[in-house]
Amino acid sequence: MSDRLIELKEVKKSYGNVFAVGGVNMHIDRGEVVGLLGDNGAGKSTLIKILSGVVRPTAGEILVRGKPVSGWNAGKSRDAGIETVFQDRALAVQQTIVRNIFMGREITTVLGMLDIEKQRSEAERLMREIGFTSKVFSPDSIVGQLSGGERQGVAIARAIYNKADLIILDEPTTALSLTETEKVFRFVRNVRESGRSILFIGHNIHHVYDIADRFVVMDRGRVALEITKARVGSADKLIAFMEHIAHPNGPNPLADILARQGAA
Amino acid sequence: MTETSDPRNQSIQLSWARRLVLQNRASIGTFAVFVVMMALFFYGNPKVFSDYRIYYSVLMTLPVAIFVVVPMVFLVTVGEIDLSFPAVMAFSAWIFALGVQSGYDPFLSVLAGLAVGIVLGCAIGAIVVYGGLSSLVATLGLSFLIRGAILIATGGKSIAVVSLKDTLTYQTLSGTVGSFPVQMIWAVIFVALSVLLYNRHKFGARVHCVGDNPDSAAQMGIDTRRVRVYTFVFMGFGAALAGIFSTMINFTWWPTAGDSYLLPTLAAVFVGGTPTWGGIGTIIGGTLGAVIVSFIQVGIVSAGLDGFYVQFFNGLIIILSLLGHRWNQIRYR
Repeated sequence: MSDRLIELKEVKKSYGNVFAVGGVNMHIDRGEVVGLLGDNGAGKSTLIKILSGVVRPTAGEILVRGKPVSGWNAGKSRDAGIETVFQDRALAVQQTIVRNIFMGREITTVLGMLDIEKQRSEAERLMREIGFTSKVFSPDSIVGQLSGGERQGVAIARAIYNKADLIILDEPTTALSLTETEKVFRFVRNVRESGRSILFIGHNIHHVYDIADRFVVMDRGRVALEITKARVGSADKLIAFMEHIAHPNGPNPLADILARQGAA
Repeated sequence: MTETSDPRNQSIQLSWARRLVLQNRASIGTFAVFVVMMALFFYGNPKVFSDYRIYYSVLMTLPVAIFVVVPMVFLVTVGEIDLSFPAVMAFSAWIFALGVQSGYDPFLSVLAGLAVGIVLGCAIGAIVVYGGLSSLVATLGLSFLIRGAILIATGGKSIAVVSLKDTLTYQTLSGTVGSFPVQMIWAVIFVALSVLLYNRHKFGARVHCVGDNPDSAAQMGIDTRRVRVYTFVFMGFGAALAGIFSTMINFTWWPTAGDSYLLPTLAAVFVGGTPTWGGIGTIIGGTLGAVIVSFIQVGIVSAGLDGFYVQFFNGLIIILSLLGHRWNQIRYR
């Protein structure tokens, strides 16, 4: 239990009579990658917004490191060490990597002058930490020159500099090629090794299956499945389960596994 | 972590010379335009252009242009524009001229003029930013409003400040050393400090980020509105400086002061290599742009062409520079 970073208990968000999120129970532990899956409208984005504090839940409880936090908002989310990386809006692409990493939290000397050397060495250290190194660019390179996967790396490096314990990656690989996706995975694995946690949201089940340790599948505002990778066994079973949610006529492909989980 | 010891993964260190060229390609391009233009003028009239006097006359008034071009680069970078700065020039200089005319210490009058410029810049910024208005349209309206207020209050009458001539304030700010105009030294200091503010200061870094991606800047905890208002304040300060220096050079304040600076200032910013879309820009380029725009007028007439050619060549140089920057500069999205 000491490893529990954040926990949601019966968290709900309704707009009028419509529940976008209707009673979600989930948790994220220290140093794990949780894959969040679900069709469009399943409530994934509302859940992300709740975690990042942009949207206030209408009911339920949020616990940070085991302690309930009241009056959850963007500031408290940030204090809890949660940082969300949105795919398109995250970076200032005409600026250097250094300027993006230190955006809003510049390292300064006297009178607000930037400590150029310290920012550069700190940026290099952060980039090395997540395995984001290359011979073609330096911390002074313009972000617009980087590939999609490398841009995710800049956003992740910034999140680490901002002392994030939980980095929420919103569809980080959606528009990326295979090699670019591999780069993002490398960053994610390095972040996990450093003891930080990642909530990885994706449409491509194969991507999410490859990188996550545990999966949370949402359906119509609720958690339909919460299972570790070891128990699922293969991406195909996860896909079959997703199809079962969409068209719940046949038998549940994970029925036997879930039955054992329930018994345990 | 083993990757760090692999030399292939060490990020390359560009030589400082190459980095300098890459980071300043826009201003280097502008400098090239300036050199070509001056070469043509020199070819057109070698006698006039090897005489110091033509440079003296440009250096006299160039600082006025620089004081407004540099803050305008900040504004365009943050994603705004200000068409009301000529009216702010006139208003601040009016306060300065009134002070001198009423017998107050000229230096105190300068400070009063600068304070008024800062207050006006703050008010303009607050109206645009907190009112959620388009700066293009709002500052156009404010320009008429401020200029109108001046005309109503003064009845269109000018103020002579000839008494300035022998004061210490005038000698230090706008006198001559040998035959070099002192205001040029102040302009160089202004540019140097602005370059530091723009490239090496927290404020400049935030101006870039807010102009580039306001959503991202806001998410990272930057108060994007405050940054934009401060940029307008800097514009007000620059306009006040420009207005006061222009009044000192002419020993007269006119209610129309600053009017002729609107279009040349905007031209200088864009000729200098600051793109219109925000997020990037160049102070040195903008300053060179001001030099180019100042020399075009003098140059064309001195090269023996009719005064009617001035506008035509003005336009030609602006268009050619813009095409050059378009080719020289990639827009990252």
